[in-house]
Amino acid sequence: MFTRQLMALVVCMAFTPLTMLSGCNAAPKVNDAEVSLKLRSIQTRSYDTTNANNALRVAMATLQDLGFVIDNADADLGTVTATKLDNAATKMTITVRARGKTQILVRANAQYKLLAVDDPIFYQQFFTAYSKSMFLEAHEVDAAAPGL
Amino acid sequence: MMAHLSFFKHLVSVGLFFSIVGLTNCASNTVPPDALLMKEPTTEIRQRQARRYATTDEKQVIIAASQLLQDLGFNVENSAKDLGLLVVSKDRSAVDGGQVAGQIAVAVILGVRMSVDKEQKIRASVVTCPSADRKAIDVRVTFQRLVWDDQGQLSKLERLDDPEMYRDFYIKLSKALFLEAQEVG
Repeated sequence: MFTRQLMALVVCMAFTPLTMLSGCNAAPKVNDAEVSLKLRSIQTRSYDTTNANNALRVAMATLQDLGFVIDNADADLGTVTATKLDNAATKMTITVRARGKTQILVRANAQYKLLAVDDPIFYQQFFTAYSKSMFLEAHEVDAAAPGL
Repeated sequence: MMAHLSFFKHLVSVGLFFSIVGLTNCASNTVPPDALLMKEPTTEIRQRQARRYATTDEKQVIIAASQLLQDLGFNVENSAKDLGLLVVSKDRSAVDGGQVAGQIAVAVILGVRMSVDKEQKIRASVVTCPSADRKAIDVRVTFQRLVWDDQGQLSKLERLDDPEMYRDFYIKLSKALFLEAQEVG
């Protein structure tokens, strides 16, 4: 009887890594156009300003407020990348680009450990803090709209 | 027959237990909802990390900060003059005498080897920005570190929050700039 219990334990332990892998290993959704559009919409806001340099500086200040250390920034390309270390690493990139003649588009994307962040609440929190520092209201963006 | 039934019951219950363990492990890999929230008010953190200097020469402030950080043993990783950014890092030993003594004690008592911190990378970013009235430059520095143990595994990822460290940094920066720093609210 004891041998059978031991066998059962060994069999289950052998299957545990498979259970863990099958549960965690989500298939990438990069090629799914609909998901991609939805994600872009979650990650993007437009602002009524054309001052991209200020938008990038505010992005850096907001990221510092949120506990990030800036890794890199490029005014010409309109990018800022930063990392927050709080037991785990959260990496975030902000890009700023012109939209028409009166607006800019700000897009944020993040990864937590080895996971891409697609939770709308996470981005909502970022844009709430960012909009306060910008002294401007964020506009939600239709991902299917031309120019996005 | 009864023995077989009992065996399968046992198999199912143990399997269920390990499946739950597996699922729990997955749950811990999801993004926590408060990943972007700070544990203390951002104004307090900002006061600790930022100062204002009565100058309009942003470039001079960045150069002074880079000189100071080089004095402190940091290497410049990145910079962006147009955005007032300077990113620096340094690699140092993270060996702690107390931790090593603890490792030896555990090895002697329990006969098992505990990992101890070995190396650390300290990173900092300095961001400068003209104040709203354009009469001063705001400077904000943030420090963080990654620690690896003697088995090459990351053992700590943390923000460095010691107020003394930030105070020291600005005392030295003020001396380098020949300017008095003002707190930023």
